[in-house]
Amino acid sequence: MSAPLKPDRNANSQRTAALSRVPEIGRVAHGSPTQLRLQEIWEAKPGWRGWLSTVDHKTIGLRYIITAFVFLLMGGIEALIMRLQLARPNATLLSPEQYNQLFTMHGVTMIFLYALPVLSGFSNYLWPLVLGARDMAFPRLNALSYWVFLFAGIFLYSSFPFGQAPNAGWFNYVPLSGLEYNTGPNIDIYALGMVLLGISTTVGSVNFVATLVRMRAPGMSLNRMPVLVWGTLTASGGNLLAVPSVSLAFLMLWLDRQFGTHFFDVLNGGRPLLWQHMFWMFAHPWVYAVVLPAMGIVSDALPVFCRRPLVGYTPVALATVGTMVVGFIVWIHHMFATGIPALALAFFGSASMVISIPSAVATFAWIATIYTGRPVFKVPFFYFAGFVLLFVIGGVSGVMTAAVPLDWQLTDTYFVVAHLHYVLLGINVFPVIGGIYYWFPKFTGRMMNERFGKIGFVVLFIGFNVAFFPMHIAGLLGMPRRIYTYPANMGWNTVNLITSLGSFLFALGVLIFLIDLVWSYKRGPVAGDNPWDAPTLEWSISSPPPPYNFATIPFVGSRHPLWEDRLPKERGERIGSVLDEGYILDHGREALGTTVLDGEPDIILKMPGDSYAPFLLGVFSSLMFAGMVLHAWWFTAAMLAASAASLIAWLWPERALIQREPNPVHDAGGAIG
Amino acid sequence: MADAFDVFDTNRALPIGSAGKRSSGWWGVWTMIATEAALFGYLIFSYLYLSSQSAQHWPPEGLPKLGLGGANTLVLLSSSVFVWFCERCVRRKRLRLGVASMAVGIVLGIAFVGIQLKEWHNHPYGPTTNLYGSLYFTITGFHLLHVLVGIVILLLLLTWTALGYFDDKRCAALTIGGLYWHFVDIVWLFIFTTLYLSPYVL
Repeated sequence: MSAPLKPDRNANSQRTAALSRVPEIGRVAHGSPTQLRLQEIWEAKPGWRGWLSTVDHKTIGLRYIITAFVFLLMGGIEALIMRLQLARPNATLLSPEQYNQLFTMHGVTMIFLYALPVLSGFSNYLWPLVLGARDMAFPRLNALSYWVFLFAGIFLYSSFPFGQAPNAGWFNYVPLSGLEYNTGPNIDIYALGMVLLGISTTVGSVNFVATLVRMRAPGMSLNRMPVLVWGTLTASGGNLLAVPSVSLAFLMLWLDRQFGTHFFDVLNGGRPLLWQHMFWMFAHPWVYAVVLPAMGIVSDALPVFCRRPLVGYTPVALATVGTMVVGFIVWIHHMFATGIPALALAFFGSASMVISIPSAVATFAWIATIYTGRPVFKVPFFYFAGFVLLFVIGGVSGVMTAAVPLDWQLTDTYFVVAHLHYVLLGINVFPVIGGIYYWFPKFTGRMMNERFGKIGFVVLFIGFNVAFFPMHIAGLLGMPRRIYTYPANMGWNTVNLITSLGSFLFALGVLIFLIDLVWSYKRGPVAGDNPWDAPTLEWSISSPPPPYNFATIPFVGSRHPLWEDRLPKERGERIGSVLDEGYILDHGREALGTTVLDGEPDIILKMPGDSYAPFLLGVFSSLMFAGMVLHAWWFTAAMLAASAASLIAWLWPERALIQREPNPVHDAGGAIG
Repeated sequence: MADAFDVFDTNRALPIGSAGKRSSGWWGVWTMIATEAALFGYLIFSYLYLSSQSAQHWPPEGLPKLGLGGANTLVLLSSSVFVWFCERCVRRKRLRLGVASMAVGIVLGIAFVGIQLKEWHNHPYGPTTNLYGSLYFTITGFHLLHVLVGIVILLLLLTWTALGYFDDKRCAALTIGGLYWHFVDIVWLFIFTTLYLSPYVL
């Protein structure tokens, strides 16, 4: 055998570039020349260069999760300040304007800067690992989606220190958000920030969909994908169709405010209800986009702690997709009190109740998994089981508000606030924390602390219910949402005091979780490859995974590649997975593309190297939006040109990626025929 | 126990890099078209919703004139044919003809922009005159922006083709860029139907 080739980051040199080949199959031992070459090919450069240019999905995923958690803490502090103000009647801690900005930024932060991005983080990190791929389909686009998310978050917060933050609620109804009632930059920041954030969400969704259809390991047919993949796929499809609605609505609002168009201008035939339609046509599917991947986390991780496969994989996967499909025809239930025709009320009320069917399918599947399994009471199990309980409570209050007559009583009261916190915290935050306990060993190579984890869960669970359950009662007692204070004789004093105490208890639980996180990162016991004895592909590689993920692309023979020896259903005449031998693909950064339905090997994909283009494009496009807020039109135009230049440099066909012929083509004068 | 090796023909040669419809970009552009189609769908929804709610005469300036807009529609649609023909030439190694065809496609795209601007100029109303004007200029403006982006893409494709980057085996960029351009053309049919034709029947 010849000496190991000098590693070449940019694939074959021109001379050896071929347009097709039979991919080599073999084993790659740790420490072998091939493994070292893969390491060198896929590793990011050290120092700040690698930091700004890396396109590794694992790095990007962790950045997403950490950034989203920073936003979660900011939104949480905003909530605590509001709860201090509301703990007693006639409080004067906050002025009405300060309160308006706080509740708006709390909503914006939690729903747009935490809830979806944290799940994008999980999916970015996990998708290639659970699908048996080397990276996402578009690694550079992945980096762009993170940078734009980060800059959009900073953008949305940029006016906060000046006391000019968005202040018309996260759903920003006109005419309150129109120029007539809101002259400052508050709403313009919100409008343009949301358009910017929409770019991040959209390119992220494009990437997930393309990754799903291209990058699954051979043999991973659609019915073998983990449920998390179904959840994020559904969310991405929903986002592709829903995000344009809100981006357009915010752009139209900005045009109304800055250039005098008349979309929402009642005096000239515009309609405020158009805003509500466009906002909720987006926001209702979005609500499912921020819960379905989290439900996927539970569907994949809960069975590991029940020591059995998920009960009803197929119904759960179909319910995931079904929830989103129905989710596109229920937006009017946010608008029951706007005086729309009775027929529409009846249709959208019943459609909203139909949502409970797929939700119940998933819920019974989880309960059956626990009931028929042999539960192992580790920390993630508690978070996932707690999630099921909170989801049921939030679901019941959801069905209650889907009933039109009851909704007329409850709309805009604290009952709705209670409902949405039960579903969003219950279905998002609990699975996310459980998911972090579950995958922390994979992220860092270390285990988190069981005792801390259990104490943290108990405090969080009790704090959550003490904080949010009384809100139902406050709502039934008639307390409207979004009021900055209330008189002492309304009968709301006790429930508000309990809610405020509960919210601080909840915050204490978050603090315990964070301490555990930091402590375990430094001192947690070493985890090993598969500390939970879990069945999916990410646990077949080292913790943390090497930069190339899989030294050889695995062949997948079942839904539980690591449990095949003990699941009789997946043995016998069925084929088995092969994890230690497979395609090597080490001529530069390469990945395997497979067919959409069956996952048959189809193409050797050339993956791009690290690049500054995503970072630069993110910076330039964000500065372009900043120029629009400041009315600095020349600056805006310059940034637009810079963005275009970065994009063209990015898209220029590369020889190394075999996007063009290795040698210049000449006119051969063939027949057109 | 049989294993997954037995299922696939592992001795088959696989194409490397961006090979036509097997390239990731081909899938990527379809997802982008899906989200862009949704965007135009929401624009058309806004128009239909606001016009249905309007108490006044709609459109306020009377029925739209069809002549210029109709001719412009033909200009735009014909450009798609030349873009398609360019890829066909490249696949048969007729580079010069391909470049010429792409150039004609680009000229037709620019002609569309010119005629559209002329039509904007002809209107007695502007984007802020009334609600109809806001809708008309926003919807056609959005489309015009897409045409301009499309023209930049076509210019890049022209350059790359002229530089000899593409032949029958590697021309995914032409397929992908062409798909985007066809989308921009086809979506215009929906806009034309909504803005120019629907006032005659609604």
